[in-house]
Amino acid sequence: MSRLKPQKEYEKTGAFHFFRWLSGSKDPYLGEVEMQPQKEMEIPEATIIERMNEKQMIRDKVYDVEHNKELLFFHRIYVASAILFCVALVGVLLFTVSYLPRTGNPANPDNNEVSARYIESGLQETGALNIVSGMILTYRAFDTFGETNVLFIATCCVMVLLMVDDAILKKQEVKNDRRYEPKNDAILQGTAFVLCPIIFIFGIYVILNGHLSPGGGFSGGAILGAGLILYVSAFGFKKTQKFFNEHVYKIAKITALCMYGIIGSYFYILGANGIENHIPLGTPGHILSGGIILPIDICVGLEVACTMYAFYALFRRGGL
Amino acid sequence: MDFVQNFPAISILLCLFAGIISSGLKGKVAKHVNTVLILIVTVLSASTLLYVLDTGEAFVYVMGKFPAPWGNEIRAGVLEAFMALFFCIIMLLSMFGGRKKLVDEVEESKTFLYYVLTNLLLSSLLALVYTNDLFTAYVFVEINTIAACGLIMIRQNGRTIEAAARYMIMSLLGSGLLLMGICMLYDLTGHLLMSNIKEQVALIAASGEYRIPLLVTIALMSIGLSIKSALFPFHAWLPDAYGYSTVSSAAILSSLVSKGYIFLLIKIIYRVIGFDIFGASKIINVLFIFGLMGMIFGSLSAIKENDIRRMIAFSSVAQIGYIYMGIGMGTQAGMAASVFHILSHAATKSLLFIAAIGLTDVSAGSRKFIDLTGAAYRNKWAGVAFTVGSLSMVGVPLFSGFISKLLFAQAAVQVNGKMLPALIVLGISTVLNAIYFMKTVIRIYTPVEEDRHSSVTFKDMRLYAVTLVCFIVLNVVLGVSSQPIVDLIGQGLAMFS
Repeated sequence: MSRLKPQKEYEKTGAFHFFRWLSGSKDPYLGEVEMQPQKEMEIPEATIIERMNEKQMIRDKVYDVEHNKELLFFHRIYVASAILFCVALVGVLLFTVSYLPRTGNPANPDNNEVSARYIESGLQETGALNIVSGMILTYRAFDTFGETNVLFIATCCVMVLLMVDDAILKKQEVKNDRRYEPKNDAILQGTAFVLCPIIFIFGIYVILNGHLSPGGGFSGGAILGAGLILYVSAFGFKKTQKFFNEHVYKIAKITALCMYGIIGSYFYILGANGIENHIPLGTPGHILSGGIILPIDICVGLEVACTMYAFYALFRRGGL
Repeated sequence: MDFVQNFPAISILLCLFAGIISSGLKGKVAKHVNTVLILIVTVLSASTLLYVLDTGEAFVYVMGKFPAPWGNEIRAGVLEAFMALFFCIIMLLSMFGGRKKLVDEVEESKTFLYYVLTNLLLSSLLALVYTNDLFTAYVFVEINTIAACGLIMIRQNGRTIEAAARYMIMSLLGSGLLLMGICMLYDLTGHLLMSNIKEQVALIAASGEYRIPLLVTIALMSIGLSIKSALFPFHAWLPDAYGYSTVSSAAILSSLVSKGYIFLLIKIIYRVIGFDIFGASKIINVLFIFGLMGMIFGSLSAIKENDIRRMIAFSSVAQIGYIYMGIGMGTQAGMAASVFHILSHAATKSLLFIAAIGLTDVSAGSRKFIDLTGAAYRNKWAGVAFTVGSLSMVGVPLFSGFISKLLFAQAAVQVNGKMLPALIVLGISTVLNAIYFMKTVIRIYTPVEEDRHSSVTFKDMRLYAVTLVCFIVLNVVLGVSSQPIVDLIGQGLAMFS
């Protein structure tokens, strides 16, 4: 049977402290121990960099062929099999070529009524002295329209990738532009001063004579585009923009392609329905002859020149 | 000549014009131009289809005044017109489904370029479907490739640029092989027009003179086109390209672009090489085996994936495998099954991509499965649509996927020697499909205790929900009333030769 302890004695026992803490009347730590609210853990900047370095180091080690034997093995196998595959493909193709009909043999399958008609009656039917122009722009005009659209869509893709629209970035690009080209280079400007007009005139000549002599829209347009690029690298964008800015570019491109499309559609649909079209073929050999070839050449030339210049400008500073 | 016969050419030219004009318009106007264009082309294709069904024979349309072997030609039969109509419908629905999301994904000043690319892509698809000339086909394959690249990289981040570069390299390799094949075929036959080449090829095959070049040509063309349509060992570009591009792009790429190439291959098989000559070459077995491997490995990769968009993309590899398996069987029934699967996969995969974006949008944009838990409760329309798409992919009756699997199995039974592997792999692949699609469906229908994401209702996404309903209806129509469509495909394939 237990005996009730006197109060003073009881206050010295552990049970007293324990029950007092349990009932919450006194916390033994309160006032005795210094208490602070928990701090947000801060990682010093140096540690972050250290950790990132460590991560990079591990990554480097994994991808370092000297340390990673498996990767080295894989690389070697990969390269070896790629070379083997290419050699095998080349071998198969060469082997096949040896079985193809010999070049220049009159009995070849490709020497048939198709090329015969192109050569024999191409002049009367298309009015073009240049048979190649006549073929690609009259007989197979639809393919060439598709081909021109390939150029157009390629420009669109380059625009998707490189065109800079953000105002601040644009300013920066224009400012950085000086790094690539010398400003006021006397030799360059002098040469361009002489050459540019000649190049432009030659390009226009090639375009306009597409149906008479070798040349045409694609080659003439490329010459015009090259002239524009020379001009812009000699005299800078500011001067070029006076006559060829984004607005002019858009109008020229859309007009050229639409004109081509309209002429082409007129030709295809009337031809398919058996209706005679009213495009005069003219006298072969004259500058105004060849039916639809001359206007289409002009359209293609404009489009190609615009495309060449746009590629250059987009790659150089992300805008025209 | 009837006026309707002008419609295929007019629809191709209209698309090209719309693309050219859109490049000078503002994004908002270009959007409307695009919608109106697709609607007009849909109507034109539908009337062409009705006309061809009425007359009962295909017609040839000379582009220009110079007839067959000298000028360009396009040709419209039942299958061509039907494919054009179907492609237009899918394109329209895909554009509608991704329209709202496009604002976040594409810079505003570049939106008009998106519509330029889409219009030109549609024109190239139509040209691939209608063309009767191999070189025209090649030119429009080029347009198709570049447009697809642009559609991938128009959402500008590192991933899409990398994906576009990869796509470009693989796709150009495919184009190169196709071009080499066309060159060799020209050297052997002296023609570029499909019907003329077919006559010459029949003569060559009968005389046995150019046996090896003909075999290599067939191989180059089939491998080139199968690289472009992501057949199994050449599919490395696919998951990134479909997984990170914008929603509409992913839907269009998976359901239309690759299908355009497959349709071109079918056309080459029937109208250029000749079905029997192609069937007698060994290439058909290669396509069959690659198809079977694709069915299994595509599904296995999809199971491993932890990202819903990439999972759907890998599922495409498996489905392309199905199509090539059907082509590889070398029978009319197998080919018909493949063509039906082109339709059913196009309808289902675009539905899945568009439904998936609805689910990820209500999960704070995360595409990980753990975050998608319960997403179907937050966006009920997308949840139902995703479930329908999954059931269709697995092959549950009522939906289109069931019919195509049934057709494949029926076709396999008739083939000597290829029956057993085809049926076994079909079974395994169905189980694998069920594993990853049902896993996702169960995941999105698992309720979460406290939902920290907001949910959306019909009012927030009217166009999106209507698009999903249209897709579901399309799927069910393909699944329920399949017999007329299968008859139509049979009729169209018969018209090819």
